[in-house]
Amino acid sequence: MQANDAHAHAESPALRVQFDTEAQQKDASTLGMWLFLITEVMFFGGMFLVYTVYRNAYPGIFALASSSLNVYIGAANTVVLLCSSFTMVLAVRAAQLGQRKVIILFLILTLLLGGVFLGVKAYEWNEKFQEHHIPGSSFHFEGMQPDEQAHAQLFFSLYFAMTGLHALHMVIGVGVLLFLIRQTQKGKYSAQYMTPVDIGGLYWHFVDIIWIFLFPLLYLIDRHLKG
Amino acid sequence: MSEHIDSVKTYALVFAALIAATIGTTAVAFVDLGPFSVVVALLIAVCKALLVALFFMHVRYSTRLTRLVVLGGLLWLLILLALTMSDMLTRNWVGVPGR
Repeated sequence: MQANDAHAHAESPALRVQFDTEAQQKDASTLGMWLFLITEVMFFGGMFLVYTVYRNAYPGIFALASSSLNVYIGAANTVVLLCSSFTMVLAVRAAQLGQRKVIILFLILTLLLGGVFLGVKAYEWNEKFQEHHIPGSSFHFEGMQPDEQAHAQLFFSLYFAMTGLHALHMVIGVGVLLFLIRQTQKGKYSAQYMTPVDIGGLYWHFVDIIWIFLFPLLYLIDRHLKG
Repeated sequence: MSEHIDSVKTYALVFAALIAATIGTTAVAFVDLGPFSVVVALLIAVCKALLVALFFMHVRYSTRLTRLVVLGGLLWLLILLALTMSDMLTRNWVGVPGR
């Protein structure tokens, strides 16, 4: 603590000493979050790249394996996730207006929708276990030659890695939401200072964007081949 | 604060567009468009991602620096995909002597 640090802008308790204005502080936080999200884009980007390379190498097998996923469950889950993004943006809006009870309401709704998404995902994964579509020694995809089985395993390895990593981000997002709900209840946020809600929103929407790409790539693009 | 606050109506319209695009992309997946099914699916996904980023993530009202960082990040992703695929897709174009 610097006792002699008598700043002219000490009227706002939320403003840190290194910033001149609240707007500048907010812009810095937003920029920092986007930098983090860009590293996440590259992180997921590597997986999207591997997917592209192998789908290009084994298009027929990937089409068959992809078509075994339940497209209706996938689409419904996409809608659930988009709903959670909508409630999240309304929570951020409520934070901008300083309406604490509305923030909590929408954060809880977001949390519930996120939970539904993860629940459906768990149901889908369980289905894969029952169908022996888990990569490993007991993997079996109906009506494929042994060498094709290996390529089908590649698809499911990527499916589990990508949806698993996405689900991990959702679980972290649930933790972020719980933290935000608790802090809002404590009255930490107001119309003047709601940066954590805003930043949490950015994270949640980013996870949504990843799913927006995962859904067509994993569930949809070869659907027409099956007829 | 000089912060821009969108109306609930704006968010609701964006949300409706996102849901419509999800239903659309699912429906069109059953139509045989040949190699264009990938193109259409990814185009719809890019549009959805743009809607989420511009409206829900407030990129529309972000500072120029933030927008530049976002674009720069996407450029790096493009480099990652384009350079790797340009290698993968052209490997057998020219025969290698002795192979």
